[in-house]
Amino acid sequence: MIRQFGSGEFLFLLEGARWTVVLSLLAFFFGGMLGLAVALGRTGKWKWLRILTATYIQIFQGTPLLVQLFFVYFGLPLLGFKVDVWVALTIGLSLHTSAFLGEIWRGSIQAVPDGQSEAARALGIGYMHRMVDVVLPQAFRIGLPATISFLVNLIKGTALAALLGMTELTRSGQLMANITFQPLQVYGAVALIYFIICVPLTYCSARIERRLNTAR
Amino acid sequence: MNYTFDFTPVLAAWPSLLDGIIGTLRMSSLSMVFGLSLGIVFMMMRMSKNKALRAIAIGYIELIRNTPILVQVFFVFFGMPALGIRLSGEQAAILAMTLNCAAYAAEIVRGGVQSIRPGQFEAGRALGMHAIDIYRFIVFRPAIRAVYPALCSQFILMMLNSSLMSSVSAEELTYFAQTLDSQTFRSFEIYLTLGVIYLAMSQFFSIALGMIGRVYFSYPAK
Repeated sequence: MIRQFGSGEFLFLLEGARWTVVLSLLAFFFGGMLGLAVALGRTGKWKWLRILTATYIQIFQGTPLLVQLFFVYFGLPLLGFKVDVWVALTIGLSLHTSAFLGEIWRGSIQAVPDGQSEAARALGIGYMHRMVDVVLPQAFRIGLPATISFLVNLIKGTALAALLGMTELTRSGQLMANITFQPLQVYGAVALIYFIICVPLTYCSARIERRLNTAR
Repeated sequence: MNYTFDFTPVLAAWPSLLDGIIGTLRMSSLSMVFGLSLGIVFMMMRMSKNKALRAIAIGYIELIRNTPILVQVFFVFFGMPALGIRLSGEQAAILAMTLNCAAYAAEIVRGGVQSIRPGQFEAGRALGMHAIDIYRFIVFRPAIRAVYPALCSQFILMMLNSSLMSSVSAEELTYFAQTLDSQTFRSFEIYLTLGVIYLAMSQFFSIALGMIGRVYFSYPAK
């Protein structure tokens, strides 16, 4: 007896979508924190740190996400960590995120006019306060549209978790397609769910970008 | 950490890795050419005065840009046979990447066309040129020139994305690496090598395409 693709099956896909969202948020959170460090290192005053972070970014931008995930997945056990696939995926996606957000935020930090940090320095404000109170709030505004676009890319990127066997949205789709033999409907529904998750973010990002452009 | 690295099985498999590199380049360059052509069609639809054409183009572009390429290729590879169209892994990969690339290329090229001053279009119209001729003879080259770096990044992105096509058994680099992995179990060494190869390829293309661009678009623009 072959199951038909109906509302129960759609609910199964939504169960999977929950893990897509959780994985994206985890990777965005950890990747964002590390990404801030990368961006600060990339714009800091130490040359060796600038070169190191630039190389880090280059490596992640120059290799496929899939290879990065495999690398972490197979690499962690070598370092003596026996981890679940979802832990490996969170780590892999976070590292990926940190490199891309690091590069986006480097651009936004450098887009803040030099006069701002010069003025802060002239007032004797130290690095910490200069960054937290003067430069970063302005950089945040500039970098927001690109950051949200990257979040969309990240959500789409979590689909690769399916290839490592984690049951998120795409993997649920694979399983469901195998049960129902209706790949067209199933993958159509999977695409629709991704679309519904991503479109508001894309719209938001475009709207903020337009507002920033007219504000200037 | 007590693991002995052994790259010999990886290095011994260089002919299949080379096949993989060729497969990756074949698929990504074909998809780029088809995708760019289709993308220009979508771009012109997107910018046309006809509301229906514009709606179709926007719908298509947003649909592609807000869904993962992995789901798109699954849709093509597993879904098409249900419609009676049977595709090989590589055909499905090229089709999916073309459809994907078209949406991104349409937006990139649109940015280029919008950077052309309206006076250029008006001059063409004043000379009695047809809209297509205005694009072909006046707008196109400076528009592509303006977005050439973005198109290069798009190509590199496609090349990296083609690694996903191993999941529909298209014979590209990652596919051969996975085959090798299942034969030798040298996962770490294999994926390390794989990363180095992809990194080298993306660095190479970012430099080479930049040089080609400088030569091809070196006419005085002002």
